[in-house]
Amino acid sequence: MILSRRSIILSGITVAAAGALPGFAYAAAGTPKRLVFIIQRGAADGLAIVAPTGDPALAAARRAMADETAGGAKLDGMFTLHPALAATAGLYMGKQAHFAHAIATAYRDRSHFDGQNMLEGGGSRPYGRDDGWIGRLLTLLPPAERDAIAIAPAVPLALRGSVQVGTYAPSRLPQADADLIARLSALYANDPLLHPLWDSAIKTQELAGDIGGNNGRNGADLGKLAASLMLPADGARVMMVETGGWDTHSGQRGRLAAQLRGLDQLIGALQAGLGSAWSDTLVIVATEFGRTVEVNGTGGTDHGTASTAMLLGGGLNDGGKVSADWPGLGNAARYEGRDLKPTRSLESVIAGAVAHHYALDPGRVMSTLYPEA
Amino acid sequence: MAVQYLAANRFGLGRRFDDPPIDDPKAWLTRQIGDYDPAPPALAALAGREAIATAYAEYRDERQAMRREANAAAMRDDGDAMSDPMPDAMRRMSRAGFRRHYVDAAGARLAAAIATPTPFAERLVHFWANHFAISADKQTVVGFAGHYENAAIRPHVMGKFADLLIAAVRHPAMLLYLDQAQSFGPDSIFATRIRNRGKRQAPGLNENLAREILELHTLGVRAGYTQADVTSFAKALTGLTVAGLGRGAGQRLMPADARPGETLFVGRLHQPGPQTILGKSYGQPDEKQAEAVLRDLAVHPATAKHVAIKLARHFTGDNPPAALVDRLSGDFLRTGGDLPSLYRTLIASPEPWAAAPTMFKSPWDWTVSMLRALKNPALGERQNIAAMFAQLGQPVWRPGSPKGYDDMVATWAGSAALMQRVELASRVAGRIGDRADARVLAPLILADALTPETAQAIGRADSPGQGIAMLFASPTFLRR
Repeated sequence: MILSRRSIILSGITVAAAGALPGFAYAAAGTPKRLVFIIQRGAADGLAIVAPTGDPALAAARRAMADETAGGAKLDGMFTLHPALAATAGLYMGKQAHFAHAIATAYRDRSHFDGQNMLEGGGSRPYGRDDGWIGRLLTLLPPAERDAIAIAPAVPLALRGSVQVGTYAPSRLPQADADLIARLSALYANDPLLHPLWDSAIKTQELAGDIGGNNGRNGADLGKLAASLMLPADGARVMMVETGGWDTHSGQRGRLAAQLRGLDQLIGALQAGLGSAWSDTLVIVATEFGRTVEVNGTGGTDHGTASTAMLLGGGLNDGGKVSADWPGLGNAARYEGRDLKPTRSLESVIAGAVAHHYALDPGRVMSTLYPEA
Repeated sequence: MAVQYLAANRFGLGRRFDDPPIDDPKAWLTRQIGDYDPAPPALAALAGREAIATAYAEYRDERQAMRREANAAAMRDDGDAMSDPMPDAMRRMSRAGFRRHYVDAAGARLAAAIATPTPFAERLVHFWANHFAISADKQTVVGFAGHYENAAIRPHVMGKFADLLIAAVRHPAMLLYLDQAQSFGPDSIFATRIRNRGKRQAPGLNENLAREILELHTLGVRAGYTQADVTSFAKALTGLTVAGLGRGAGQRLMPADARPGETLFVGRLHQPGPQTILGKSYGQPDEKQAEAVLRDLAVHPATAKHVAIKLARHFTGDNPPAALVDRLSGDFLRTGGDLPSLYRTLIASPEPWAAAPTMFKSPWDWTVSMLRALKNPALGERQNIAAMFAQLGQPVWRPGSPKGYDDMVATWAGSAALMQRVELASRVAGRIGDRADARVLAPLILADALTPETAQAIGRADSPGQGIAMLFASPTFLRR
């Protein structure tokens, strides 16, 4: 595998155990397909990312945060894209972005751990599977399209399975992400020893570990790295990129905007870096569940149920479209009176997009990726 | 009180993921005194003292050869002397031979601490190694640092304090670190002969080891000894040296069959005659003289008090209760420094159990307890353990002074240090991912010290990995 030194330095990420990676020596037959799965850990708020501004109940539920998406691209009569997603809006106009809304996995409780386990494992209950939906997908792909890698210290559940998968990890101690730092600040708040120490530590800490930091440039660096790993003839063809920091219980307006700026730059850098290969690339962006319809008392939203997922790439089936069997946001229409009700399964959205991308039989893809569905 | 957490962390090195619950903390700790294995499997593959000494000697010889060559070259080039006779890269390469012994031993020390079924005993090994601290700052000491702990400290932590003291003092790491290998009796046969030749100044006494034994290892600073006591003790110690490593003319006096790295007594370096120390005259011959002094120092009331304070502080906090110090000190005097008896008194005392976990774990303690908690390997295969602890602020066997690392909250509770721990916890959590569930782990690891706040914070983490990072960065887990 060839990695430009520049991309390594830019991202602050270096090759760990390159010698231990599986061989990337397949000859490219035609233009191989590429797949990128970007996981949004922490439950991203679909109602603010692809906002149903045409739903009259939105403004009342979101109150002061109702204008969170003001200035964003109008996707159709119903939906507005968050303004931080400028490059993504451009893709949508070029029919290279599709948003699936009011979707959820089979999971119906509100634990991040369990929800992510189901999103990655693709089973019907938490911790029911040791392998993941991408790991199983790899068995359906030709050898030339099977080389998978995660930008993570260890192989995430989604990629686990019978095919060996590589990982890339930061070589030095990574900086703790902003969300963890905020949570520890709360945990240390009443500790007379740790509170002042931690305050001082944060002041000297330059946050650079999450995609939202550094005005989105961290996301761009991650996107550049991902592209550099996938572009070469012997590079990876399937990739998983981890993003955290979506758990916006408080101060959602600023935090979500920063997260989305980072995501937008990640996507932009990935597209730019892949060049002409972008037309044979599918990017899936998904989260474990959504957030409450109502705003809470701290300018944030709490754990919910349905959310939105993004499909991006040069060869989409129905780019430039938001697909949703919209349930409405009125009290009676909500799931358990609080959440956006799921009207379609995320599993079927993913399986459908993957089947189209690789020109595989949709039924076979569904039963392989989600055997319990 | 959080007796289970205190037993596991204040006394032990943190609960292992597969440890059964500690139902009877005092019985669990007492049992370890008998179950202790002075040569745990994790250390079995480490090099012996001869291999370590040879690696250093090779480095030294190479360097000398290179310097000679450089000087010769400089002479040819019109005497333009080179400032650095050995390029850095070459020096590093050459050093790697003996540095490897340090790196290997540091890794093995961590492996032993993670695996040990007797974590209280293992903590005592670390405690005594720090009490009798050497520091791998000196080139000659670097390779021996691990061997010192394993060969001099480990076999004696369940014995008499006197035997521990003597083993520590006689190990090449200590003899080289505190310059004993270069200390010669002013009236020794060797020094006298050189003086009589009148060619150069005769080598003399080095008081370093004698002073630190009195100040740090036994009586304690300002415990009533005088400069005269230090000088006399230093004279009594002369003759004790290391084969194949010490510098200077003394090396020529080594017996022909001496093996590199061997501790030797060379009679011709020894100061003849009796020495008076703390008012007592020692007239024993040869190395028996220093041993007699050491045996008396080891049971001195000031030593009992000094050791009692350090041990009490290690198990109660910055200001150890006087009652505990007196009880330990009394036990020490009564038994003539029997260490297991001291530990039993400590376990039976109420003071170590009386307070919440208020002591801030050292980087070593914190890292070991984190790694013990996890079933899956949390560090990369090629992680340089020595480098990791240097980054965390507590390089292994390198406290920088013979005093060892301080044992106070303020020693370790710094803001950058805290951030480094959070970063390491993050990295470990990234490697572990969802292979461990912090919600399940927290009640096991924090046991009866788990607070509702921490349990809630872990439960609300936005990913399994973040939950693990929160567990190890929690206020309780940072303390013992």
